[in-house]
Amino acid sequence: MTTMTGTTATAAAVGTGHTRVEGRAKVTGAARYAGEIPFAELAHGWLVLSTIARGRIRSVESGPVMSMPGILAVLHHGNAPRVTTDYTGLLGRPDPTVAVFQHDRVPCAGWPVALVVAETSEQAREAAAALVVRYDDEPHDVAFSAGRPGTYTPESSPRLQAETRKGDVEAELAASAVVVDAEYTTPEEHHTSLEPHAAMAHWDGGRLEVVDSNQGSRWVAEDLAQLFSLDPASVRVRSEHVGGAFGSKGVRPHQVCAVMAATVLHRPVRVVLTRRQMFSLVGYRSPTAQRVRLGADADGRLRAVDHQAQNLTSTVHEFVERSAAYGRVMYDADAHHTVDRVVALDVPTPTWMRAPGEAPGSFALESALDELAEKCGMDPIALRERNEPDRGPVSGLPFSSRNLLACFREGARRFGWADRDPRPGLRREGRWLLGTGTAAATFPSGVAPSTAAVTAEADGTFTVRITAADVGTGARTALTLIAADALHVAPEHIRMRIADSDFGQAMVAGGSMGTRSWAWAITTAAGELRERLALGGGIPPEGITVRSDTTEAVGALAMRERHSFGAQFAEVAVDVSSGEVRVRRMLGIFAAGRIVNPLTARSQFIGGMTWGLSMALHEEAVRDQASGALVGADLAGYHFAANADVPLIEADWVDDTDNDDPIGIKGIGEIGIVGAAAAIANAVWHATGVRHRHLPIRPDRVLLAVGGTGGAG
Amino acid sequence: MAHSTAGVITLTVNGEKHTLPVDHRTTLLDALRERLDLTGTKKGCDLGQCGACTVLLDGRRAVSCLQLAVAAEGREITTIEGVSDGERLHPVQQAFLDLDGYQCGYCTPGQICSAIAVIEEHAAGWPSAATADVRPEAGPPPLTADEIRERMSGNLCRCGAYVSIVQAVAQAADAEGAA
Repeated sequence: MTTMTGTTATAAAVGTGHTRVEGRAKVTGAARYAGEIPFAELAHGWLVLSTIARGRIRSVESGPVMSMPGILAVLHHGNAPRVTTDYTGLLGRPDPTVAVFQHDRVPCAGWPVALVVAETSEQAREAAAALVVRYDDEPHDVAFSAGRPGTYTPESSPRLQAETRKGDVEAELAASAVVVDAEYTTPEEHHTSLEPHAAMAHWDGGRLEVVDSNQGSRWVAEDLAQLFSLDPASVRVRSEHVGGAFGSKGVRPHQVCAVMAATVLHRPVRVVLTRRQMFSLVGYRSPTAQRVRLGADADGRLRAVDHQAQNLTSTVHEFVERSAAYGRVMYDADAHHTVDRVVALDVPTPTWMRAPGEAPGSFALESALDELAEKCGMDPIALRERNEPDRGPVSGLPFSSRNLLACFREGARRFGWADRDPRPGLRREGRWLLGTGTAAATFPSGVAPSTAAVTAEADGTFTVRITAADVGTGARTALTLIAADALHVAPEHIRMRIADSDFGQAMVAGGSMGTRSWAWAITTAAGELRERLALGGGIPPEGITVRSDTTEAVGALAMRERHSFGAQFAEVAVDVSSGEVRVRRMLGIFAAGRIVNPLTARSQFIGGMTWGLSMALHEEAVRDQASGALVGADLAGYHFAANADVPLIEADWVDDTDNDDPIGIKGIGEIGIVGAAAAIANAVWHATGVRHRHLPIRPDRVLLAVGGTGGAG
Repeated sequence: MAHSTAGVITLTVNGEKHTLPVDHRTTLLDALRERLDLTGTKKGCDLGQCGACTVLLDGRRAVSCLQLAVAAEGREITTIEGVSDGERLHPVQQAFLDLDGYQCGYCTPGQICSAIAVIEEHAAGWPSAATADVRPEAGPPPLTADEIRERMSGNLCRCGAYVSIVQAVAQAADAEGAA
């Protein structure tokens, strides 16, 4: 038959709201996540984690446990298959945390020491609890503080600079009429995706099949092949539905454990992390200690920007939370210095968590800007207008587009900013003090090489295959709309198949780069397919398939500062008798490229802003110095915003297009959180007259600050 | 062994009776997911803290991870798989779909089961911590956004879809009120 391409006029799908293509499956419970797919002969693995924070395993006394009902195996460093971490994967060197059971050393509390495998999960759980592990305990150090001994500046790579320097900061500060010099801290924060990490592994005719919950099935497949020294073609990883990820769902111990057990037992094995295990096995956001110094003329023009940030990492792997990178894009000054330092402690390795770097970095710098506005007697938005750079402050490169001020203008209009009295502590409503605050936001717009295959089927429909991941972002739906427009058909004619490593190399769902990277590959393949179909002729039963690879096109992109921008607004009410802070409303206006699906994009922005609220007021993992483990590592001990914590949040966007991108996408997964905590902290200052420089803004901190002057402790 | 650690029970789920042998330690949540293949009910924490495993027990919401399967015998269990009317979605399901009251979808079945009960609890005049006048003669309070937020706070959503969830519950309540 002939295809309808070019013959059927269809309205553009991109830009109009579409409910999720998998929405019905999600609201009916039909959508199956990784731990929910039945397999014959499935065995269940249960992890046992270290109870000490540093030392060596003296013995794993598996004998008594092996005689318990249904127990099939106890894997530990004495008997587990060997793996190698001597490779560089898609996202760099692997965190040795994934190389479970390879030695007797324990580098942190909650380190995997054994896997119990049984016929049922109840049997495995009981045996895991009964397993006696003896340790030689050594003194540990988990005390993170600003400038503590052992802090160092990590090595820079061409892409990721640890430190940037321009001009003479001290001289410019000395010459400044107004100076802000303040320290800010953010606590350890956890992703806590609602779906715990789960993987099922089995060998099928010489191929390793893994059903997983991850942000990139090709990434996980390639890393598993490396770890187990397998031919990459013999590993297949699928991840159809993912119950939240936020940076935590990469290569993690559960997949490695499942593969080890399936290999040893010659049967399918599923390993699901418990909620408590997630707190030490899947990464987290490092606490940060940040010092910001700003120097300005009396009219607010910045002479000096100095942002020195510090985070922690583990003793087995270096992860740097790049908080200070935020200012390299946002604000120029005659003298400019940014540095991210790190200290290695006896803790689990931190990792990327929604807006890594930008989330804590924006809290510090956007709070400091607000302090500078106060000292200059300027409106905070006017201060930002005065310091709007026309080029990258550090790179000197032009921006692909920078519509920050348009965001502030639109946001100020809708929020009612013009009527704001800037003086703090004046508005009272019963026991509540009221205030409003604002902050800017930015996040990089990146793209990475990806491949896609688009098939024109004999029945007139199209099938797209790409190793994309939909972790709740709406990517599956966005890509369907993009494919529909690229093929000039209605979205109903598109079959979008994702999250299967057999579909080839593609970017992971991360860095706000997924949808942009995948859309580019799909658009390229679809364009070529349309040309092929325009030549006429029939479509054979197997269809006509065109493959794309964007490596060359992405590599040819001109050097630019490519970022999304945004303006955050918040109104808070502070009860100074109880210390409670309530956010009454939030508004975020974003310049984040072309918006593919307004319905799901709004959810993404609002979700990010909800994270910002949660970061500002609630989230804090407390590490016990004596045990080296977290206090209350569960969803009661680690509170993130519940429904009653969240007011009406509105998000919208202004026109903003990156003309170098075939679709004009910039990526929207992370910018919603950026600046949101600062906007809330700035509103708390406006309400009370007290600066809160340490997150979260807990009731006790509000109470301690009452009657005090300056910053709260 | 001196005592039995397993037994045969009969569970009534979505109107259907299922007789199955269970380990006595099996939670209702695991029985639904692992034994009856009703995986729509989700395990988010297994500690009664997140609400992802919410089902209706005799019409009232309950977290199934804190119920032993053996204790659920004789009760009417309704899961997400049982709330629609055939192919026609329950108004709460339809509202979540239309208003994008979810992202990853993992907390969604629990949110929907909870919301169905919230609308009934409210209609029956049950007050909440957000209710200004809790006297019985005051009648059901208006189902404001604050009432919905308070009543839905046992169901955590990490994607941050609360704003749309509140709108979806309000829309579904309106639809049911009008029906």
